[in-house]
Amino acid sequence: MPEWRIPTEGAERRREELSMKWRSSFIAVAVGVPVLALFGFGLTRDPGNIPSPLPGRQAPEFSLVSFSTGNTPKPTLAVGDTVRLSALRGRVVVLNFWASWCLACRGEHPTLLTVGQMYAGTDVRFLGVLYNDSPENGKRWLTEMGMTPYPSLTDPSEHTAIDYGLYGVPETFIIGRDGRVAYKQTGPVSDSLLIAQIEKLRGDTAATAGRTSP
Amino acid sequence: MIKRLLIVVALGMLGSRAEAQAKPQPQLAALDSVLSDSALDAQTRTVASQLRCPVCQGLSIQDSPAELAQQMRAIARQQLAEGRSPEDVRKYFIARYGEWILMAPPTHGFSSLVYLGPLLLLIGGVVVLTIALRRWTAPPPEDAIAN
Repeated sequence: MPEWRIPTEGAERRREELSMKWRSSFIAVAVGVPVLALFGFGLTRDPGNIPSPLPGRQAPEFSLVSFSTGNTPKPTLAVGDTVRLSALRGRVVVLNFWASWCLACRGEHPTLLTVGQMYAGTDVRFLGVLYNDSPENGKRWLTEMGMTPYPSLTDPSEHTAIDYGLYGVPETFIIGRDGRVAYKQTGPVSDSLLIAQIEKLRGDTAATAGRTSP
Repeated sequence: MIKRLLIVVALGMLGSRAEAQAKPQPQLAALDSVLSDSALDAQTRTVASQLRCPVCQGLSIQDSPAELAQQMRAIARQQLAEGRSPEDVRKYFIARYGEWILMAPPTHGFSSLVYLGPLLLLIGGVVVLTIALRRWTAPPPEDAIAN
């Protein structure tokens, strides 16, 4: 009988070892895969891109003084005039925070010149807000880089920047006719993105107006 | 000796108190304002140290020399001086920057996992280890001994 038992015990041990190996592999996969998936997901995210709570909410009101009227043929305001967001209700507003010391703003500037020019004289209002910079530096930069077809405002105490939850420059907020922030762009905007967002808001409003009109 | 010393100290304290009471009202008011200013400063420091500086790496607005952080501190101080609570000030910044602005994640909602996660993992580890240790230290089955 012992000659029968020895091979049986060996087979059982092998089976047990095999089942232990399977169990260990299963645990390793069950723990490792979620951890790797989490790391992988983390790699796809930009830690600098922090979601803003502002889109969808009412845009914070501001009252800022203009230091440049831009090169609009018929300027609606003079240097030193105060611009209030509430006065622009019913229009699509593109609010671009920038600074003369900001390198990315140089790259973004041609887009703002082109798209700003495209919408000059329409119901879309572009406004530049100088962040952490002096109006003198701002004016010099605009002369050097190309005058915008829209006014630029100063935010001396950075209250407006803080109200808009600014992380840095450039940042652009697109505000709908209802006064709500529709879109926020951290970093430079592109022509296509800016036009698409503006048109979406204009279209939305046109559609709403169409629905509400008798 | 100690008793005498204590009496002298007690008399001295009484004297200084009487002197303070004798002080004219405007000086007291000034002292009150200094005290309230320092209390306000302390409260501002506490709130500012709980808020993240948006233009820095891992610094609170209390520790950051950045201009934006200074302005945020000024806003916090102004709001506290106006009688708003530290929680109101935190809410003001959360409404603009999201919960990211808090140096420590909140203990409620999804963020609570940050605190509960390690605890749950620890408990799970202890349970697994206890089961494994029991299995390893269990006496071999009787038929195995018999063989």
